[in-house]
Amino acid sequence: MATPKELRAQGATPMVEMNNISISFGGIKAVDDVSVDLHPGEVVGLLGHNGAGKSTLIKVLSGAYKMDSGEIRINGNKVEITNPRDARSHNIETIYQTLALADNLDAASNLFLGREIVTATGLVNDAAMEAECRKIMGRLNPNFRKFNEPVSALSGGQRQSVAIARAVYFNAKILIMDEPTAALGPHETQMVAELIQQLKAQGIGIFLIDHDVHAVMELCDRASVMKNGQLVGTVNIEDVTDDDLLSMIILGKKPGEAAA
Amino acid sequence: MTDTTSQPIPPQNKRNMFQQLELDVRLLGMIGAFVILCIGFNLVTDGRFLTPRNIFNLTIQTVSVAIMASGMVFVIVTRHIDLSVGALLATCSAVMAMTQTEFLPHVLGLGLNHPLTWVLTVVVGLATGTLIGAFQGWMVGYLTIPAFIVTLGGFLVWRNVAWYLTDGQTIGPLDSTFLIFGGTNGTLGVSLSWILGVVATVLALLTLWNSRRAKLAHEFPVKPLWAEGVMALIVSGAILGFVAVLNAYEIPTRRLARLFEARGEVMPEGFTQGYGLPISVLILIGVAVVMTVVAKRTRLGRYIFATGGNPDAAELSGINTRLLTVKIFAIMGFLCALSAVVASARLANHSNDIGTLDELRVIAAAVIGGTALSGGFGTIYGAILGALIMQSLQSGMAMVGVDAPFQNIVVGTVLVAAVFIDIVYRKRVGAK
Repeated sequence: MATPKELRAQGATPMVEMNNISISFGGIKAVDDVSVDLHPGEVVGLLGHNGAGKSTLIKVLSGAYKMDSGEIRINGNKVEITNPRDARSHNIETIYQTLALADNLDAASNLFLGREIVTATGLVNDAAMEAECRKIMGRLNPNFRKFNEPVSALSGGQRQSVAIARAVYFNAKILIMDEPTAALGPHETQMVAELIQQLKAQGIGIFLIDHDVHAVMELCDRASVMKNGQLVGTVNIEDVTDDDLLSMIILGKKPGEAAA
Repeated sequence: MTDTTSQPIPPQNKRNMFQQLELDVRLLGMIGAFVILCIGFNLVTDGRFLTPRNIFNLTIQTVSVAIMASGMVFVIVTRHIDLSVGALLATCSAVMAMTQTEFLPHVLGLGLNHPLTWVLTVVVGLATGTLIGAFQGWMVGYLTIPAFIVTLGGFLVWRNVAWYLTDGQTIGPLDSTFLIFGGTNGTLGVSLSWILGVVATVLALLTLWNSRRAKLAHEFPVKPLWAEGVMALIVSGAILGFVAVLNAYEIPTRRLARLFEARGEVMPEGFTQGYGLPISVLILIGVAVVMTVVAKRTRLGRYIFATGGNPDAAELSGINTRLLTVKIFAIMGFLCALSAVVASARLANHSNDIGTLDELRVIAAAVIGGTALSGGFGTIYGAILGALIMQSLQSGMAMVGVDAPFQNIVVGTVLVAAVFIDIVYRKRVGAK
């Protein structure tokens, strides 16, 4: 299989293209004419300060926000994503920073929320869902035991693994991770890093939103940096240093450019 | 990901008996409180409280509020409120009263007691309730007006729509077939009640058996067999005991004699007959079963609870929470109309003040029954038990001869105390 780098060099059609996306809230341009793309098996980091617009940009792709202008192409075809169901139908899955779990429901109910397994009579099949949940958690987090308790009773790491299970269970092709390690300890962060490598090897494209420049340097193939709603630039990770990225985030200039 | 801090699961043999039965401790507490209440009143009233007659009356008095309380669970679980249920009940009752006494006789030429009259009346009533409910739900969901305001407005609007429709008059008599939904005028009799009781018991046992089989099929842990046995005994005992009590309440001799006279027969000497299950109670049981299945086993129910637990998460999971709100309020409206059928049939007429203060009783029943106003938690059986506790408290105090103002003072105090105990309990067990 061609690596993402080779694919780009061949000029292959990206899996996701977000072209000239703009969205504003009450007159403030949260995202201003930003374009990013993603190839299969590639991890693209989205960097920037709080309020730089990276979460907003990505919520356009996951269907949580509607863009004001711009277009989204999946495998070269223009698509309309107006709600989370549309995004899911294009195999776009999202792990939100807030995890987006219903605290009062158990792990299986959260895993299948909106996509329940039903019996022939149309009733939800809790036993089947719990069995599937046990299978995937056995892979992701073998120590997970609390299948019959509401997720409010789980630790931060366990909750995170439920959110991750939900994203990877339904054959995601495009995965959006919004600060997946923000609430985790070092050991669990390492597990997430390994998971990202695994998913990458399966040809899944990942948008990774992160504050941590080191994590991005370690995990990503490319990084797109945003500042004040605008794209500062997209760089190949192997061409830049930590400091280059930092100066892009802080000063809003690409390496080699003079400070604006 | 691993969670290094997770504790090992406690071994099975350390669990106590209640845990092995997997009974809901909260439910046990409510049943305990209810039993103490009943026994207490029974002692004070020299055994008049727990007679078949009083239990029969208590049951049919509870039905109207209990039906609405089961709908209120969904409303409150999704972090809304419905203050208009009593007024909506009045409007539905007024519409049905006018349908059977004015519209059907004068426009369609169907007289009172025509076999179609009650059917059309009930259909018109249920449609009215569902539509009004859906309309209120649309205002909450799509226009994003807070439910408190929409239904506070509805409280004034529907109460006075009812008044306007009937010119404030009491409308009666109602269709004689319609009256069978009221309670005393429509019971199944002894044998039919027993048959139904046995069928219900068999169904309940089958359900228990099926759920165990489903768990075993997926190799999930199951309760020990003795615990299943105890559960089966409790369930069948409760169903058959309830039927036995209602059967034991005998129709007064004079009333029986009138029934025989109406058929042109003479009542045999010493003839007695039990009331058996009232049809209104059957309706409530039907509502309880359907609503419980909706809550636990359908996508709609799953989405209702998910939305209550975390509205944003529900939205991000692709659930159309606006449409969901419309559905919830439509269900609430439908149940208000059903309660209107039962309430007006029980009174045998439509009066202008029907359903007054019901909104507070319904909300109180749902809350006493463990529905959390913060959303996400609540059970149908809890709300119905809550309605039963409220009604028992009220009629028990009336029997004892407590003055009317004190009755309401006590009910109000109990409501606040029940919620406080619930908060303490939830903190103890660590649930939200």
